[in-house]
Amino acid sequence: MDATAGATTPPESEPARKRRVHGMLKLYYGLNEEGKSSDKPESLDPCDINGPHFDPEVFLNKLRKECSLAELMDQESCMVKQIRALDSDMQTLVYENYNKFISATDTIRKMKNDFKKMEDEMDCLSANMAAITEFSARISGTLQDQHAQITKLSGVHTLLRKLQFLFELPARLNKCLELQAYAQAVSSYRRARSVLKQYSHMPSFRGIQDDCHAIMDQLAQQLRQKFRDGGSSAKDLSECVELLLQLDEPAEELCDKFLSHAQTRLEANLHSLEAELREPTPGPIAASDLPASSTSKPSASPLAGTPTDLSSPTKNSFPSPTARTDILEFIDRGCNEFVSSLCLVIASYQELFINRPQEGDLASKNIPQMASGKLHSFVDALAARYFNLVERRIQEEKGVGDNSLLVRALDRFHRRLQAVSKLLPGSAVPSLGTEIVVRAARERIKQYLAALQSFYLDSLTDVRQALATPRISVGGAVVPPGGGILGGTAPGKDATPSLPELLASLSASILNQIKSVLASVHLFTAKDITFSNKPYFKGEFCSQGVREGLVVSFIKFVCQSSRQFCESAGDRGGSTPPALLLLLSRLCLDYETSTISYILTLTDEQFLAQHHAPVTPVTALCSEAREAAQKLLNHYVKVQGLIISQMLRKSVETRDWVNTIEPRNVRAVMKRVVEDTTSIDVQVGLLYEEGVRKAHSSDSSKRTFSVYSSSRQQVRYAPSYTPSAPMDTNLLSNIHKLFSERIDIFSPVEFNKVSVLTGIIKISLKTFLECVRLRTFGRYGLQQIQVDCHYLQMYLWRFVSDENLVHFLLDEIVGSAAHRCLDPAPMEQSVIEVICERG
Amino acid sequence: MEDDAPVIYGLEFQARALTAQTAETDAIRFLVGTQSLKFDNQIHIIDFDDENDIINKSVALHQAGEIRHIAASPADKSVLTTCYNKTSDSRVATCAAVWRIPKDWEAGSHESPDDSSHNPQSLELLCHLDNIAHGNTACVLWEPMSDGKRVITLADNHLLLWDLQQSSTQATLSSSATLEGKGQIKFTSGKWSPHHNCSQLATANDTAIRGWDLRSMSQIYCIENAHGQLVRDLDFNPNKQYYLASCGDDCKVRFWDVRSINEPVKSLEEHSHWVWSVRYNHSHDQLVLTGSSDSRVILSNMVSISSEPFGHLVDEDELSDAEESHQEERNRAPLQDSIIATYEEHEDSVYAVEWSSADPWLFASLSYDGRLVINRVPRALKYRILL
Repeated sequence: MDATAGATTPPESEPARKRRVHGMLKLYYGLNEEGKSSDKPESLDPCDINGPHFDPEVFLNKLRKECSLAELMDQESCMVKQIRALDSDMQTLVYENYNKFISATDTIRKMKNDFKKMEDEMDCLSANMAAITEFSARISGTLQDQHAQITKLSGVHTLLRKLQFLFELPARLNKCLELQAYAQAVSSYRRARSVLKQYSHMPSFRGIQDDCHAIMDQLAQQLRQKFRDGGSSAKDLSECVELLLQLDEPAEELCDKFLSHAQTRLEANLHSLEAELREPTPGPIAASDLPASSTSKPSASPLAGTPTDLSSPTKNSFPSPTARTDILEFIDRGCNEFVSSLCLVIASYQELFINRPQEGDLASKNIPQMASGKLHSFVDALAARYFNLVERRIQEEKGVGDNSLLVRALDRFHRRLQAVSKLLPGSAVPSLGTEIVVRAARERIKQYLAALQSFYLDSLTDVRQALATPRISVGGAVVPPGGGILGGTAPGKDATPSLPELLASLSASILNQIKSVLASVHLFTAKDITFSNKPYFKGEFCSQGVREGLVVSFIKFVCQSSRQFCESAGDRGGSTPPALLLLLSRLCLDYETSTISYILTLTDEQFLAQHHAPVTPVTALCSEAREAAQKLLNHYVKVQGLIISQMLRKSVETRDWVNTIEPRNVRAVMKRVVEDTTSIDVQVGLLYEEGVRKAHSSDSSKRTFSVYSSSRQQVRYAPSYTPSAPMDTNLLSNIHKLFSERIDIFSPVEFNKVSVLTGIIKISLKTFLECVRLRTFGRYGLQQIQVDCHYLQMYLWRFVSDENLVHFLLDEIVGSAAHRCLDPAPMEQSVIEVICERG
Repeated sequence: MEDDAPVIYGLEFQARALTAQTAETDAIRFLVGTQSLKFDNQIHIIDFDDENDIINKSVALHQAGEIRHIAASPADKSVLTTCYNKTSDSRVATCAAVWRIPKDWEAGSHESPDDSSHNPQSLELLCHLDNIAHGNTACVLWEPMSDGKRVITLADNHLLLWDLQQSSTQATLSSSATLEGKGQIKFTSGKWSPHHNCSQLATANDTAIRGWDLRSMSQIYCIENAHGQLVRDLDFNPNKQYYLASCGDDCKVRFWDVRSINEPVKSLEEHSHWVWSVRYNHSHDQLVLTGSSDSRVILSNMVSISSEPFGHLVDEDELSDAEESHQEERNRAPLQDSIIATYEEHEDSVYAVEWSSADPWLFASLSYDGRLVINRVPRALKYRILL
């Protein structure tokens, strides 16, 4: 203890010095203390006596070199002093540290003694603990018996409590029953059920079980009653079902019950729909239908005149659908009543039987599968009946007036069925519904086609009437029948439209009708209609239905009916007015050139077909139309030619050519022929272009006539006065024929005025020729023929494409007449001219 | 196989009347009657030598007038009838008469066919068949396949049945019928049916075709509007008793089943002008010949309505090789109604066509300018029909 005190005191007396010494020592031993070394930068000077790099040799040399002796002496004494001081410092330090060592040794010794004492105390503690353990073992040994008893008692207590629950169960159930707390009752019962079943061999438990059963039966009865009444809310109902299921009620039976219950309600709906379908309710509903029929009329009215005739008879002929509710209303009712309640039934059924969480033993019974099977067949059966009704109603919808109503109805029908499909994903109902819509659409197209066709025929009848009226009104007038047909050409007949106007109005009204039909049909594919994106409506409906079934069929019908005009009229003696033939021919030609492609383009635009089924190409239709136009025009030529031919034939056949008087003027028949030809020319000119004719001089009538009459005729007839004549005549005419082309009389004509007129004149003149050949002529007979032919020559050349044709035929006529003449003395050309110019 | 070229014969006069010499079954012979106002008309008797393609003609004068229609007796080669125009005192009337060709025509023609100075003999008049009260005679019909004792004349609207007695020198009117109606009715042509024991006749007037029963002299059927315009000619199918062909001014040839007269069985429209004459081939009735004023003669093959729609089935059975015959039949099956050929040798209206009575594969056609053309059925078709 003393040493430590002694050691501590000296540093306190002079701390600054001591620290310095410490530092130096440290420095010496290479212990570099951080704080201090940074203060003093280490000197590298080997002459620094305190530096670490001190080199005594260098130091000494330096001193010796630099210092004088005296200084050296001073330096030496100073050094000696310093060395002494250092020595004493060293001694002090050693002393201090020794003391510290001594005191540490003392302390260790003292600690050794203390530990010995503690060891004794620990021994004592362990002895005590052993004693405590011994006591404790002794106590628990004595308490062992009592503990077992207590455990047993507590077990008995629990059992008793359970038993009490069981005994109280019937009463409790009764109470629950009274309070209608069915859920609690069922849960209580379920808790007790297995126990009761386990101990049912014991009479008392059996009693309880029986009681419980009775009560539960009663409860089930009540639940079933509630279920059956159905008046309760869906939530109640579902609770009912849940409870019943928990009570082991067979799920199948429940499903059946539920469905049959629903069925009665749905059937009531169906019956009301059916009743509506079966017996028309005339009174108030008819009044409510009025706006519907009035809306259908404006849609048809742009078609001018006939469309109202078209739509009104169809309306009148099917009074039943219009007299009762219209289809939209019907479908609406069907949707609101039947479909929505069906959806409700499906939803609640699924809620009850299919989508409920499965728990416990119920899961194993596979209820959802069974239930959904039942539901499907149930829905299918009812939907089939509903569809049947809807289809019947749609079939009654025959008036083509307003399509939007039908489309809207179908849309609603289809839309509502989507709800069913959402509820019942696997069901066939929506697809069946789509099929109905598709069928309805198909049927609709057929109806439209029929309507278009009847419209076309009606229009034709109108045109016929329009053509006939002026003829009747001026029938007795001077105007020849051909001219009468022209209508607008004669004054005072402005009221009746002319041929081009008729044609324009006819084709415009047909086009309008087609457009309106297309517009109506287009409703089926409108974007907001649910079924429009079904594959049928995207593809087949557009291409096969509308394009082929409606538009193409109609065009074909037009061509076909036109062709029939030719055939039937040919046999029955021209029942069709020629003007109508001409008009139809022009119509078909217009179809060929523009209308068909326009209509089809329009159709293709509106009904962008994604269906790649083969469709009738435009060219095929065009060629068909052209064929029809050609046929009609040929027939027109034939009919007109026949009319003129008949006149000529009668005039030749009825006259006594041998005993006729000297010609004073042109026969009236010839004038009539020229008049008729002129009027035909005007008529054809109204509808067809002029066409090309072979070039001829401005004065061709005169010039060719002179050739024909003077030079050729003389060459021809002069030899016939000599006995050797016939051979020469034949030779000449044969040579002439050798160089002229063979003439096809009834040959197809081109679509222009000149060609048509050429055809008619050819037919007429050929008839004239054949008739002349069958007769015998006197001198004046021949001369009359000469005059007549010259007259025809003067007027007919301008109508034909090649005037040489007229010349040739007229030559033939005069030549044949000369052959058939008993006394062939031709008339002077100048006289003929005078007679003809006189008229 | 190349077909034989047509043989053309030119008459000096215009002509419309042509007939085959019906009683002649060995030589190919046609009779042509000319039509000339100013000169003596002639009957050209035209013999065709099939092997050498040579025509031999002889001429007999027919001085009574221009000949509109000619018909040869089915029994006597030398007997024929004509309908001719008689012009007297500026009146023209059409009469009919029975003639005999002079005896030596055959010898005479062969002696000097090219002798222009040779004066033809005149026809020998046997008897007149006319009665002025009955009007103009349109045609004379011999009873087919008979002994040449009965003829029918069609005069205006009268139908007259004559009995020829004492080797045709005397004709007595045995019965007659008259068609009454509005306006002036004129028969244009007629045909005596070879069926039903030659008791039926068909006539044409205007657009109607009428059938007559000769036993009662009453009408048995009438096809109104058989053609759109005048009916020009008729012919009976030689093998199918109810079938009848007609042609007319509507350019059409129609085939009728007289048991159902509402619709024609078939209708052809190949000519471009009036069809003046239609003739069934005598043995192969699918071959139909038509002549028209468009100067064309058309030979059609109407298999579907012929009596042999499937060809000669009997003949095929005789073929030794069954398979070959089977094959052949298959080839033949698609045989369809078609035009066989269009003959364009004429340059004027063809008013008459006629099959030869001797050679079923040969026919003549006559045009107004006096050109007679003799043609044959194409050999390919001939063998097809025969084999």
